[in-house]
Amino acid sequence: MTDHELHVSKIRDGTVIDHVTGGQALNVLSILGIDGSEGLSVSVGMNVPSDRLGKKDVVKVEDRELSQSEVDVISLIAPEATINIIRDYDVAEKNRVDRPESVVGLLSCPNRNCITDGTNEPVETKFAVVDEGVRCAYCGTIIRDSLADHIHPSQ
Amino acid sequence: MRQDHLITATQLSRADIEAVLDRAAEIDADPAGMADRYPGTVLGLCFFEPSTRTKMSFETAIKRLGGATTDMGTVESSSVKKGESLADTVRVVEGYADALVLRHPSEGAAKMAAEFVDVPVINAGDGAGHHPSQTLLDLYTIRDNVGLDDLSIGIMGDLKYGRTVHSLADALTNFDVRQHFISPESLQLPRSVRFDLHNAGAQLREHTELEDVLPELDVLYVTRIQRERFPDETEYEKVAGEYRIDAETLEAADDDLAVMHPLPRVDEIDPDVDSLPQATYFEQSHNGVPVRMALLDSLLSEVDQ
Repeated sequence: MTDHELHVSKIRDGTVIDHVTGGQALNVLSILGIDGSEGLSVSVGMNVPSDRLGKKDVVKVEDRELSQSEVDVISLIAPEATINIIRDYDVAEKNRVDRPESVVGLLSCPNRNCITDGTNEPVETKFAVVDEGVRCAYCGTIIRDSLADHIHPSQ
Repeated sequence: MRQDHLITATQLSRADIEAVLDRAAEIDADPAGMADRYPGTVLGLCFFEPSTRTKMSFETAIKRLGGATTDMGTVESSSVKKGESLADTVRVVEGYADALVLRHPSEGAAKMAAEFVDVPVINAGDGAGHHPSQTLLDLYTIRDNVGLDDLSIGIMGDLKYGRTVHSLADALTNFDVRQHFISPESLQLPRSVRFDLHNAGAQLREHTELEDVLPELDVLYVTRIQRERFPDETEYEKVAGEYRIDAETLEAADDDLAVMHPLPRVDEIDPDVDSLPQATYFEQSHNGVPVRMALLDSLLSEVDQ
């Protein structure tokens, strides 16, 4: 290691989310519901040089593999991201994210008057992915920006 | 109509709409001819908010089709008061009825309810969302008075929270209609409705002053600006006053203009308009019965098959 670089050590088991859009790493952690309190070993690189993206973020989480719904939402804020599942120091799986048609359960609707908001109804939130962002399948509200602000508190 | 439910007007094609309006015209010409169409059929009325016209016209419609109603009653007198979810309520009422008419204060309520039951659900108003059966009677009234193509319509008032406005605007995209939206800036169309109108390729213009567009209108659809949408009484009075019409306002309008209103009105249309030939809102209200008979016939006949 030179004096000018800081390398983060390899993880044994877990997930490396690479090629995250520069500046979105903390939002990726929000999507994963990681705030440090759960004790997972987490490394974050922000705005590191990238041939493909110019600048990228990298998130490494030990002892955690991602669910499909988490990957789906990450794809909306970091469409170029790659998900590397690490097992025993080796890349066991390497996947690009795909923009999903819908996102179920992970986001809450910002419309305080939506049937899914704060009611005792037995439904999960559901958002269709549209050109402008995501749209609540129930009340039609469109979220364009700051998707990570609407991550369901229970996640 | 090849639909199980009626939740929003965006699900309706021009052919769907015309089929219901044509059927309504047949019924209107001979209301007694449908008296034995649905004997023993029960329509479940689940109104979580007050209603006069919508509820009574659905009741009348099913009775004139030979059927009957079962009514949840008011929220205060029902199990909702005990904290029952909407999903549970509709699953219970489904056992008593062949179709449900639902009005609820939350947007998306009808869409969610439809996921829990097998009988047709008709959205009779979900918060500030949609009210598609009102739209069908609005379109029937427009077609009867001025036709539905090559039309200029002004939709005025609370465009942000007005569910009748949202459904009407969506449905009008099926026709050759220039839509003019007239409102204070704070009550302009919400983003979700703009999104649908844009996707449907609607011709729409927005105005803050009625006089900018009144002379070219074939239809003026007035809606109520509600007091609770404003932070204080003074601001409400100031804004609402600019969107009231009276006989003098209409001097600048075409003689054949149809003035419509989903009702109830408070003071946004002066009673001196009632006697003018342009006043169409009571006719519009009366059309609720034949149009809802046609709608029920459409949905219930699909169930039969």
